[in-house]
Amino acid sequence: MVKELLVILIASSLVNNVVLSQFLGLCPFLGVSKKTDTATGMGVAVIFVITLASAVTGAIYQYILEPLDLKYLQTIVFILVIAALVQFVEMFLKKFMPALYQSLGVYLPLITTNCAVLGVALTNVQKEYGILTGIVNGFATAAGFTVSIVILAGIREKLKYNDIPESFQGMPIVLVTAGLMAIAFCGFSGLL
Amino acid sequence: MNSAKERLVNGIVKENPTFVLMLGMCPTLAVTTSAVNGLGMGLTTMVVLALSNVFISLLRNIIPDKVRIPAFIVIIASFVTVVELLLQGYIPFLYDALGIYIPLIVVNCIILGRAEAYAYKNPVLPSLFDGIGMGLGFSVALTCIGAVRELLGAGEIFGIHVMPDSFVPVSIFIMAPGAFFVLALLTAIQNKVKINGEKKGKDMSRIQSGCGNDCMNCADAGCAHRLYDEKAGGTNGGQIKEGEKNG
Repeated sequence: MVKELLVILIASSLVNNVVLSQFLGLCPFLGVSKKTDTATGMGVAVIFVITLASAVTGAIYQYILEPLDLKYLQTIVFILVIAALVQFVEMFLKKFMPALYQSLGVYLPLITTNCAVLGVALTNVQKEYGILTGIVNGFATAAGFTVSIVILAGIREKLKYNDIPESFQGMPIVLVTAGLMAIAFCGFSGLL
Repeated sequence: MNSAKERLVNGIVKENPTFVLMLGMCPTLAVTTSAVNGLGMGLTTMVVLALSNVFISLLRNIIPDKVRIPAFIVIIASFVTVVELLLQGYIPFLYDALGIYIPLIVVNCIILGRAEAYAYKNPVLPSLFDGIGMGLGFSVALTCIGAVRELLGAGEIFGIHVMPDSFVPVSIFIMAPGAFFVLALLTAIQNKVKINGEKKGKDMSRIQSGCGNDCMNCADAGCAHRLYDEKAGGTNGGQIKEGEKNG
């Protein structure tokens, strides 16, 4: 069991990196990666939300949708649950943990409709993971997102001082960087 | 019928969701490993887009303004589920090839963007053609990108071998990094067009650089300022308070 979870941990965070090989969560990856500290904040918020969302959607699937034979409703149920969950977490943090809200709060609304969150919930169902395995998969996927967004932010900070051709300024050079990172992450496929 | 034609042209050329507005980048990169997959994804999105546009347009006087975003999402998610089940039943190879990206059409910002920007304010027929036009624009773009990647990465187009035998496929183009490179070139070309246009004094504000922070909150292409109405002093009304669903 432990070995199985460890394999999922490595596979989801590095080998099948959520952004660089599955293209989920590209928008925050490209949009919030200008500075390393905001990228880290975004990454932590994503870890928090995806792990929580995996647990909740996993439980809903196993205890409500499956017994009632409503599996085909998963997409609708998951997106609504995730949206409500993020709202709830935001309100909860605001009320009871203001310090944490200060550092994570701004990123939470951005994550609601992040396709990575829905993507992980659907992957968990598709691969027939149990609740615990699903949570581990969610955490690992989000950790992979955090690693790649922080690396990209680090590179972009350096990139600012370089002389870039006019038409490659802005998004194109970031995409080239992401492509090179994706090649580097291909190297991890030997891990498993 | 003029307005129908205008809507179609608008979707395919003037406001092409991929080449001009740069929306829905996640599926664009993920499924364009071949021209067939790109075309399949484009047409699937088109069906969902047309149906949800019609439905939202029909219900536009019934849906209260305050809960319109959650309502749109439920409508879109329902159609996505319908289309997913149809694909699974009738076109299984496409269902297998597109996999998880079919349910993820729900969070494609083109669809919510058109619902908010067009279907919610316009009658049924123009909304239908707007959906078909935008969907066709998306399909054309995805097929083109898929064809280029397939040609370079496998020497084929639509599965037919076209390159001479001496051509060694650059397989990186059908792998994940290739998607980033192709999109990088595309945005560079777009940048160039924009810069040239601005030098000539044309209005190039229509060309956008894609979604900012979250997959459904796409720049200014429709659902702008949706999440931060109060802070941004939003133009489309400050109805969406934080206590409601962002969708």
